[in-house]
Amino acid sequence: MSTVVAPDGAAPGYRAHATLTFGTEFRRQLTRRRTQVTLALLALLPVVLYLAFTIGGDQVGGDDDDSGNAFALADFGTFGAANFTLFALLVSSSFLLVVVVALFCGDTVAGEAGWGSLRYLLAVPVPRGRLLAVKFAVGVAFSALAMLLLTGMSLLVGFLAYGWEPLRAPLGGEMAADEAVWRVLGVAGYLGVTLLVVAGLALVLSVSTDAPLAAVGGAVLLHIVSNILNAVTALGDLRDVLPTRYAQAWLGLLSQPAQYDEMVRGIVVSLLYAALFTVLAFVRFQRKDVTS
Amino acid sequence: MRVWLRRRRRWVTFGVVIAVVAAAAGAWWWYTEPPPHTTEDLRIEVGTDEPAELDARLYVPDSVPAPAVLLAHGFGGTKESVTESAERLAGRGYVVLTWTARGFGASGGLIHLNAPAYEVADASELLDYLADRDEVERDGDGDPRVAAVGGSYGGALSLLLAGYDDRVDAIVPQITWHSLAESLFPNHADPAGTADDGRGEGVADTGTPPGHDGVFKRAWAGLFYATGLAGAGPPGVSAQGAPALPPACGRWAPDVCAVYQEIAASGRLTPQARELLDASSPASVLSHIEAPTLLIQGQADTLFDLGQAEANAEGIINAPVKVAWYAGGHDAAGTASDQERIDALTVRWLDFHLKGEGDDPGDDFTYSRIGGVTSSRSDLATVGLTRDSYPGLAGTESPLSVRVEQPVTATIASPPDGTPAALSSLPSLGQLATFAGAGFGGDIPGQFAAVETESFDDAVDIVGAPSVSLRAASPTGEAVLFVKLYDVDSSGRATLPNGLIAPVRLTGLPTDIADAEPVTVTLPGIVHRLEPGHHLRIVVATADQSYAGPVEPVEYTIAMPDRVTLPQTTSTPLPSQDGAWQVALVVLLIALPVGAAGAWLVARIRHRRRDRSVDPDTADVPLVVRGLRKVYADGFAAVNGVDYRVERGQVVGLLGPNGAGKTTSLRVLMGLLQPSDGEIRVFGHRVTPGAPVLSRLGALVEGPGLLPHLSGMDNLRLFWRATGRPESEARLDEVVRIADLGERIHRKVRTYSHGMKQRIAIAQAMLGMPELLVLDEPTDGLDPPQIAEMRRVLHDYASDGRAVLVSSHLLAEVEQTCSHVVVMSRGRVVGTGEVKDVIGSGGRLEDAFLELVE
Repeated sequence: MSTVVAPDGAAPGYRAHATLTFGTEFRRQLTRRRTQVTLALLALLPVVLYLAFTIGGDQVGGDDDDSGNAFALADFGTFGAANFTLFALLVSSSFLLVVVVALFCGDTVAGEAGWGSLRYLLAVPVPRGRLLAVKFAVGVAFSALAMLLLTGMSLLVGFLAYGWEPLRAPLGGEMAADEAVWRVLGVAGYLGVTLLVVAGLALVLSVSTDAPLAAVGGAVLLHIVSNILNAVTALGDLRDVLPTRYAQAWLGLLSQPAQYDEMVRGIVVSLLYAALFTVLAFVRFQRKDVTS
Repeated sequence: MRVWLRRRRRWVTFGVVIAVVAAAAGAWWWYTEPPPHTTEDLRIEVGTDEPAELDARLYVPDSVPAPAVLLAHGFGGTKESVTESAERLAGRGYVVLTWTARGFGASGGLIHLNAPAYEVADASELLDYLADRDEVERDGDGDPRVAAVGGSYGGALSLLLAGYDDRVDAIVPQITWHSLAESLFPNHADPAGTADDGRGEGVADTGTPPGHDGVFKRAWAGLFYATGLAGAGPPGVSAQGAPALPPACGRWAPDVCAVYQEIAASGRLTPQARELLDASSPASVLSHIEAPTLLIQGQADTLFDLGQAEANAEGIINAPVKVAWYAGGHDAAGTASDQERIDALTVRWLDFHLKGEGDDPGDDFTYSRIGGVTSSRSDLATVGLTRDSYPGLAGTESPLSVRVEQPVTATIASPPDGTPAALSSLPSLGQLATFAGAGFGGDIPGQFAAVETESFDDAVDIVGAPSVSLRAASPTGEAVLFVKLYDVDSSGRATLPNGLIAPVRLTGLPTDIADAEPVTVTLPGIVHRLEPGHHLRIVVATADQSYAGPVEPVEYTIAMPDRVTLPQTTSTPLPSQDGAWQVALVVLLIALPVGAAGAWLVARIRHRRRDRSVDPDTADVPLVVRGLRKVYADGFAAVNGVDYRVERGQVVGLLGPNGAGKTTSLRVLMGLLQPSDGEIRVFGHRVTPGAPVLSRLGALVEGPGLLPHLSGMDNLRLFWRATGRPESEARLDEVVRIADLGERIHRKVRTYSHGMKQRIAIAQAMLGMPELLVLDEPTDGLDPPQIAEMRRVLHDYASDGRAVLVSSHLLAEVEQTCSHVVVMSRGRVVGTGEVKDVIGSGGRLEDAFLELVE
């Protein structure tokens, strides 16, 4: 038998840039129960928060056991859609979203390695750079989707439950509802950018280990370590190089007018780290011996 | 060298990265670390009628002679309190002299409250000292090039020194007073009708306006008094052998102490007190000041409000004056960005007026408004604002006049001895009142009257001193009142900006409100934004815990203001001081996509340029392995020089005990491992990771790799989709028939048995009917009938020109399935050829195998 083959020896119809498209990978991931559950959880979180506020309604803003905390956004959570969304973002940004992003991005390569399917994809052959790029893009897309679901559902639940009220900032400022929504979306966007660091870190770990749990857990762990170091004030200016240094710079968006200085710093630091980790991941994966 | 470099590329790359990072860190350190300076601790003898030794320290920069800065500390401080500022100025190339003022710390003498004959004269002697130092640049004989800088107590000293000693070339007084009498006995009532021109005439040269009387700022005065008593306890830092300090006065000079006791007991400003306080006030010498003056005043300051700086600015008529405000003061430290702005202003002022460096700082005005919180410091954030000149507390635009909703006339009671009283602020904690619900501001029922404005539709910025007009009647003809302006949000939470209130002492009042004349009350200057939906509440109260009111209880009748006048000033936001970061962001936003596109392009070019040429000799041979070696990172050579071929039509068995290197060679074949030496060619094309020729190879190596959450069918479909090749090439039906799973192919792989997974995996390897099929232990998990079926399938598969490589350790299986065998042991090929040749005379493959691998 002899079929017509390309000069580079490829089988008929094989084109490197047509392998493992974004859509295919998206479907492969979307059909996973874990992806569906994670997304559903984030979509339902606002409802859970609403129920919590409703059941414990008497306490909201009532007893002041944490008085003096100027950032006690919880006291304002039920003030309107914008406040509710802000509260939902705040409570999920420090850990939940980190885990979710680490999950989507840390599982990219390590997950395939764990299933044993990585070697078959590479033998298709899907070029390694393409494989990583597509998988990372899909991981980031799912992370963004999670963020969007959380924000959108929070706005919706907040609107239905508490109405279209102005945003009340923790320091006493108030902002018209329409403008507040943009601010809240800005907060979500900023959080998304800072989470790119976690995404990049998870990707590096993902190409470095065959155990998805190690990649996801490692990324979360390092994020927490960075947070802890950031809390050690004795480190002084050394903390400025920590990726989580400006994790709360979105507070600037609650000021009137908005303060962007710290957010600019945060975005710069986040993008630098994310770029560094991503480049590292690509370099590593290109040269790696795949033994899974 | 090149070989060495290639071998150690990882380490070389690592080394380069480390070197670059170290260089960057070094450059950063060099850039941020101030140039070194030396310090010298001194004891300087000063004074004639009360000689004292001052505890001083001289900071000498690297390059001398240099201009000098006389850096004074605040009340109760020592030379150590200004160490940070001193080091910064020394780093900027100034000789800095800091000292502990007379009466404090390790210095001798008593506190004379910046008296011209004592503290001011001391400072003049320090100028003499500086003039004698060779490190200090001189304007003339005995005249150093020097600036006086200081905050509060030290700020007033710099003003007074510049007034008394014309050798001073520039001053930067911060958060300090104009008139001590006015500050400690404030009275914010203007005689009717003169509100417009504020203090105006009469202030400039004579100190406190004649007849000034106000409400005693008891809390602050007491705090200062206590500070001066610090040395009265057990002997400590006081001069050696000095007599024990009097318990009532501590380190206060007797005359100052007597005055304090007098005014604290009576709550009134006596003529002697007035004389003493005026002597210690810059108000008396402002017209003599010829040194360029940068006045920095704090917005969070219930001790010396913005009006004090304004009075100083108006009084200095013979020198350039520039005014700046910041969000700190005696009640708050201010924000980091504010501090940076103030430091930068100070350095620019000194650089220009002492060194002649830089542009003329001019007289533009900067201030800041609290606008939220920062995250990295968990602190207030400020918005820096600027305009071309100092606007004055009355504002530059026509003021905004806001009506109250319902003017009222009310009777309010002044409690006996001023207790109980509202708490508007605590000394040094005033800014707390800015926060809603911080516990301050509780006005006592019966002791206050309030009116409210309508809520604002748009945000309103107040920059300056708001004013109201009220009428009052009192049975005694006198009244002490406290006027406050609250910002109330839509939920009713009220905040008192910076805790600032306006104490008022009115005299000559009628007993009947109908006869009362209107009195204008100008509140302390504030910078505050009223958010939309907020409104203002004007409160007139009779007592405040920080102030001394009348002892006898009395009731006043107050016709509350019917409007409040809000000063307006136009200004523009200061450009961000984070310019470098913004540039970095823009650079990143451009560089990252460009870098990504570049990397993509480079990868594509490298992909194209890669050697894809065909070796004509083996172009039709499905597999050629030549001299293959694979040494793992730990030095273990899993495959050590292996050669074999698979021809078309052959079913080749790869045999070998565990660890023989079978799987490693198959992994290299799939492009998963980089060979250390040798090569594998498939149809004449060299196999590298991702080589296109791999698309003509189907493989099952080391078990199935299936997505457990999908059905067998979906696994096959999605896998084929991942190859990007047309659906028609897949031959899905044939492959599914071979897998022979029936309806179970639509169930999730997770539920499959081992053998079922194995069959799906074989089917996946056969998708598209590749010309070279590589199967590692294909019969693993299959039952005997399935094994027999598999044998037939593989035989058929190879029959039409394709080739199959089967790796196995089941010798009987290989014997029956394969036409050829390759026997491997310890990373080498120990036997190869047709099955019957390898078996030889022994008759059994097992015997031959055991012999070969011995």
